Amino acid sequence: MSRKKDRIDRLAVLAASRAETGESLWRVAFKRVRRSPPAVVGAVIIVVFLLIALLGPLFAPYDPVAQTWRGDISEANGIFPGPRSGNLLGVDNLGRDEFSRLLIGARISLLVGVLATLFGLVIGSALGIASGTAAGLGGRVGSWIDSVIMRFIDILLSVPGLLLAISLAAMIGNGLPTVMIAVGTINVPIFARLLRGSMLAQAHSDYVLASTALGVRKPKIVFGHIVPNSIAPVIVQATLTLAVAIIEAAGLSFLGLGNANSSYPEWGVMLADAQRYLSVAPRMSIFPAVAIIITALGFTLLGESMREALDPKLRR
Amino acid sequence: MSLLDVQDLTVAFTRRGEPDVRAVDGVSFTVDEGKIVGLVGESGCGKSVTSLALMGLLPKRGVRLGGKALFEGTDLLQLDPGAMRDVRGRDVAMIFQDPLSSLNPVISIGLQVTEVLRRHRGLKGDAAKKEAADLLDRVGIPDPTRRLREYPHQLSGGMRQRALIAMAVACRPRLLIADEPTTALDVTIQAQILELLKDLVREFGTSMIMITHDLGVVAGLCDTVNVLYSGRVIEAAGRRPLFAAPRHPYTHGLLGSIPRLDADVDEALRPIRGSVRDALPWAEGCAFQPRCDRAVDACVGGPPELEDTFTGHLCRCVNPVTHEERV
Repeated sequence: MSRKKDRIDRLAVLAASRAETGESLWRVAFKRVRRSPPAVVGAVIIVVFLLIALLGPLFAPYDPVAQTWRGDISEANGIFPGPRSGNLLGVDNLGRDEFSRLLIGARISLLVGVLATLFGLVIGSALGIASGTAAGLGGRVGSWIDSVIMRFIDILLSVPGLLLAISLAAMIGNGLPTVMIAVGTINVPIFARLLRGSMLAQAHSDYVLASTALGVRKPKIVFGHIVPNSIAPVIVQATLTLAVAIIEAAGLSFLGLGNANSSYPEWGVMLADAQRYLSVAPRMSIFPAVAIIITALGFTLLGESMREALDPKLRR
Repeated sequence: MSLLDVQDLTVAFTRRGEPDVRAVDGVSFTVDEGKIVGLVGESGCGKSVTSLALMGLLPKRGVRLGGKALFEGTDLLQLDPGAMRDVRGRDVAMIFQDPLSSLNPVISIGLQVTEVLRRHRGLKGDAAKKEAADLLDRVGIPDPTRRLREYPHQLSGGMRQRALIAMAVACRPRLLIADEPTTALDVTIQAQILELLKDLVREFGTSMIMITHDLGVVAGLCDTVNVLYSGRVIEAAGRRPLFAAPRHPYTHGLLGSIPRLDADVDEALRPIRGSVRDALPWAEGCAFQPRCDRAVDACVGGPPELEDTFTGHLCRCVNPVTHEERV
């Protein structure tokens, strides 16, 4: 009896304490994201793939670069052992276990995608904040600075993404860091423009005027007021960019701009290896392709739901 | 000496290839220590632009300022941006019209209130929080420590305006500029907010400029009133003389157009004909002339002077309403 009473008391205290903390818009948005089925599906997909990337090596039945099948592999005859006991998804043209390669490959593909997005996000946001601040609060000199940054961004935008990436790769040399920087650079203009645009919208809002009227200094206004209000679309864009970045990174690897050691598993490389056997062993292309698509789908689902949740116009 | 002495303030919006738009066209008024001064007028008469100009909040580009605004002897219009930032919030603070959009939606009330305290009074951490809670308590927000953790969207309209007032009075400014602080609120809350402002002015010895289009607010609050029309003061007087004996036909018309509770049911309202856009440029005569029932030939040809008609009751009219004609 007294235990029950204790529990009720504890619950009451808990409920009271919860009521005391304010609900920020972020928390409200998070709640809304959690209630949306596509977002949950997307988040689950992402978590599964993250787990695979982290723990993949524990589950991989074989070394991804070791030849597990020494039997008859013949391109001419189209004899490729398909899925069978021991090799869940069959083996590739060199007799390596597809399943193990796929699992280990998740690690690199996700890592490249995430790092590339982070690269684009950081550089793009820095440019966006500089430009937005200059244009919104900087007066005559500011609008000049803004023009310089934005014309630079326009130049980046005017070059097709893949072409930009390939030329970057040609300049820096092959390798995964190149892929990350290249894919990140493609996405810099999007982040910069997005942040600048929403900062400009906020710079003329009443609360900025109000805090200016209270004597708050400019850096405080920019980082304490304008940026927190402008960052939501950027975060949504980052989630959506993750999907694209994974695809783009795979594309660059497919073109041979990725890891110099092509035996190392990466979904793009696996696709590149598989294309020669498309007619005899389409599954070799399908598995990595499906992996890429599902990952991208996961990020897109989450990103779109976040966009809806954070969009004040869609607020119910 | 007055706390604030605005002399011949002009604000012109310039645009290449187009004539200047003179939003404020030579406005002069004074604010005495501890007094509430009303700036009254309809939309577009320049009352908000006047307040923004005093606060130095107008954009630098495309705006030409003229005249003086002496605040305790220093001209606010001549201060450099850094010095002006120190004045804002500490010596002169402003309360805005729309409390929701004037608060940052993603930051808690507490952070927004303590920001001012940190900026001007150097308070930090718990001291700032405690002072913020005291401020919220002073402006009549119940359970202030809880409210500090909440966000603007969780507060009611009246409470938001109270929070904004708390931020404005946080540093005990010498002058408060309230730009239609009650327009976005419903009538009962309006009355509470006005009462609060009155109390604060009395308690802190602050002076206040009350910008409004609501003559009821003026009647209940202001010590002296300046009626603006088309960027100029057309009548300035103490509250009592102005309401008892308006001299300018515009003021007279405004007071006459207010529906009265004791009027007959079938008595029609008496509006002022035309609209603000019918104004004449001041250089060519009285801006109100096209709408004025009392217009005479002398109205056109040049701007009428703001004349002292009767012991401090200033009126800018060549044919003012006389005592006998009043209804």
